[in-house]
Parts: sequence; structure tokens; C-alpha cells
Amino acid sequence: MTIRSILVANRGEIAVRIIKAAKALGIRTVQVHSAADADMLAVKLADEAIDIGSPAPKKSYLNIEAVVNAAKAAGVDAVHPGYGFLSENADFADAVEAAGLVFIGPKGDAIRLLGDKVAARAVAAKAGVPTVPGSAGRLATIEEARAVAAKTGFPIMIKAAAGGGGRGIRIAADLADLERHFPQASAEALAAFGDGGLYLEKVITKARHVEVQILGDGTNFVHCFERECSLQRRRQKVWEEAPSFLLPAEVRAKLCDSAVALAREVAYRGAGTVEYLYDETTREFYFIEVNTRIQVEHPVTEMITGIDLVSEMIRVAGGAPLSISQADVEAFGHAIECRINAEDPAKAFMPAPGTISRLVVPEGEGIRFDTMLYEGYTIPPFYDSLVGKLIVWAETREACLERLRQALSGLVIEGIPTTIPLHLALASDASVARGAFDTRFLERWLETEFAAKTGATAEVA
Amino acid sequence: MSKIEIRSPLPGTFYRASSPDVPPFKADGDSVAASDAIGLIEVMKTFQEVPAGVDGKNITFLVENEEPVMAGQVIAEVEA
Repeated sequence: MTIRSILVANRGEIAVRIIKAAKALGIRTVQVHSAADADMLAVKLADEAIDIGSPAPKKSYLNIEAVVNAAKAAGVDAVHPGYGFLSENADFADAVEAAGLVFIGPKGDAIRLLGDKVAARAVAAKAGVPTVPGSAGRLATIEEARAVAAKTGFPIMIKAAAGGGGRGIRIAADLADLERHFPQASAEALAAFGDGGLYLEKVITKARHVEVQILGDGTNFVHCFERECSLQRRRQKVWEEAPSFLLPAEVRAKLCDSAVALAREVAYRGAGTVEYLYDETTREFYFIEVNTRIQVEHPVTEMITGIDLVSEMIRVAGGAPLSISQADVEAFGHAIECRINAEDPAKAFMPAPGTISRLVVPEGEGIRFDTMLYEGYTIPPFYDSLVGKLIVWAETREACLERLRQALSGLVIEGIPTTIPLHLALASDASVARGAFDTRFLERWLETEFAAKTGATAEVA
Repeated sequence: MSKIEIRSPLPGTFYRASSPDVPPFKADGDSVAASDAIGLIEVMKTFQEVPAGVDGKNITFLVENEEPVMAGQVIAEVEA
């Protein structure tokens, strides 16, 4: 069935992005919003808006019943979940389909399978994708844990099977640590996730975070090359690039092929991301997890491939085959995305909601700014601090960094502190220019180089 | 006897306890010291403690757990 109307079950910049993609396809849009979000840009851009509850996410954007009822009342054909909130909630996907509507994403069963970290590791292994050395499945006892650790060595991560997004992880430096943490971790996982299941993964100490964009229609599967997202603070990505420019060509080919094999293994439908750790010294990559949704950093892939991922998701959800085959996917040039957050980098990244008094967006070839900001908009304090994404493309990475410095200098957001100064410093940094970083680089760099430059304090007192 | 207001330093969501399964920092009627935490404000997924800021007794909360608050809004009152 061709989708003629979409309910956007999200907020912020991604809601704006989805509405723009829908409009380009001639699709009617209905935007849900909380009581705190009546003034948001997506509400203004959508054909219709529905208030679904009070500001707290669990009473609005996380309320499955409220969102599905809004979709039914609005008479839409489909629901786009964006990222975060209900986007990887299998019960939500099922509820949408049970209401006779199309969920723009994979089937509930696929979300459930890939959302269970132990099951996802097993799927990856079956598809021939290398996984981080560790346990084959859930561990029932400390004896089993000891046996696994004897094979992999230390340090080792104790992870909750139901965890994810950096939550539910403990690191054991040695056997004594493992003995001590294992029962605690199980109790904690049971309390936090309702599932005490644990598994073990060796700590890859010096690694890059590399991820592959996949698209599937249930029968055909393609990759749209990789992204490099090693610059992270507290396990949250800050700056993303495409491609991962230091990756040897043969590693890139193996990595991207493995993501496609995984997509095929589960007959994937929609856009997804397969995340890996890449060890530069051994040239080995290891599967971490699959995200069964559009990602924040999808624009860098769009900039180097020319593929509109959101548009493709919508078409595929409507039952159309992928509009592209693997041979059609070509990467050209280099793209970098900077996440602009309403946080003060000089004050330990303290979040700072407020009213935008002035906004100047740089324009020009290869510059894109995805945002929900407008002059006079008051950012509510109840949600994520991401207010925009500056994405810059150029023919080479060097030219991209130069263009990024210009674009960042031209981006003016007044009324709130933002992370623009952080990105200006990164864009001029010699290590960043060389690509000499891993997933632990940014936190070290913030404490040393950045603190020296700005007099910034690293932690909240 | 005068009442002293304790105001939220930030806009966000007010919490009476550090997590759902532990008792609140303070119960209605408790005495507080200036350095005592009386709640948390969640601002953009980050949690900040709210100190009482004053010594007092017989605290009365004016904001429910998990309710949105504005910066400067009175959260509680104590008797000095």
C-alpha cells in the first residue's frame, strides 16, 4: 500500500527531518506533541498537530496508547518513530500494526530479536559476523563466567542481556573483580531491566567506533558504507564522519559485506545500523549491536551517497522494493556532522534550556543544518539537549575540515550556551586532523587540551 | 515564626527521591540543614541536586514528585 499520510511519533530536529521527507513525497503529516512542545517547529510545519499528554516523556512520547490513539484519530496510514523514545520498542511496532497501520521500521519480531543483546550476538555469529570474544550466550552461574574469562582474559565487561546504549555494563579487571561484580550485576540488571541475564565480552581497549548503514526491503539488502563515530563523551556521540577515512579498502569491503549478511539473516526491512568496534593495530572488527531505526548521524551517509535514507524508509514501509541496488550505491567525498547541544562546554557541559534570541544559519555548497530552532523559540527542559546538527561535505577530508571551520564560525545561536566552541576547537585540532583518535580520545582531550584552551572545568562540582 | 521559600534553581522535572525505589530525601514535616538535598531536578536528561539552602524545620513540599517546574518556582517552604 502506498503511504499517503504519516504520524510523526517524535519531536525536535528528527521530527522536522521526517516532515520534510514526507512533504517531498507528497505525504500528509500529523505531528504529535506534549503540552510542553506546542510551539515546536515540527508542529508548525505539519499539516495537523495532536497534543498527546503532559511534558514527562512517559506521559506523552513514550505513551504507546496515547500515540496509537492519536494515529487512529488522525486517520493516518503509517507511523514514523524517529530515533529514541519508542523507535526500538517492539511492543509499539506491534501495537501500530495491530491498529491496522504501517510501522515505518522493521517488524516487531525483528526489533525484539536484535534488541536482545545475547540473541543479536548469536544472529551475528550465524551470519559470519565477528563478535567480541566472550560468552556464547547467557551465563547462569559464576562457574560459567570463570570459564569464559579464562579463555578471553581480562579486563572483561559484564553486560546485562537486556541493557544497551551504554547502560548495564560493569568492567572486571581480574578474577576477584569478576567474582565480586557478577552477583551484583545480576541483581542490578534484574532491578533495572526486569531481566537478570548477563553475558561477558572482552574489553577492546583501543578501538574506533565504526558503523555500517544498511537498508532492506525484506528481500533485497544493501549497505550505504560506514560512519566513524569515535568521538564520544559519556558514551554519547559528539562528532561523526563518513567515510571512516583511515579504514583500509579491504577491511571496509569485509565490514560492509558483513552488515549486509546480518541484514539478510533477519530479512531486514527499513533503515538500520550495524555497530562495530575496530581495532586498528590488528585490523580486526567486532560486532557490537544493531540499531533498528534511523540514527542521529544519518546525514553524513546521505551527504556522501546522495541517498535520502528517510525517504527510502517510508517507501519500503509502504511495500515498495528498494529503489537502489548495491551497484547504485557510490560514496563520494567526505562529510562531518557536529552535534550542537544546548550545553555549556565551559561548565562541564551543563545543559541549559532557554529562549533563542538570534539564529544565523550558514549557507553554501556542502553545508546542511538540521534543526528545530527558530528565533523566539523556547527550548523546554524535559528532553534531549540536541538542538541541531551541522553537516558539512567536501571532496576531501581536509577540505571538509576547512569548510567546517567556516560553517561553524558562521553559525550563530544566541540566548543559550551551545557546544559550538567545542566543535571549533575539535575542527582545528591536530590529532583530529590526522584522525588519530579512538573511543576514549575525547574525554582525555577535554580534560587536557580543551581545559587548557578554555579554562573549562571537566566535571560538575 | 517565618516561612522561608526554597526555589528551584533550574527549569525541569522535580523528583523527591534519588530513584523510584528509595525513600524521598525529605518527608513533609522534616527538619533540614542548608546543605541537605531536598530533591533532584532533571534538566535535559541530567540530574542536579537541589540543596535546601537554609536551615529550617517542618518542611512542606509545594510541588509533587515528577512534576515540571520553572526556574525560580517555589518547591518547598520551611519554618526558620
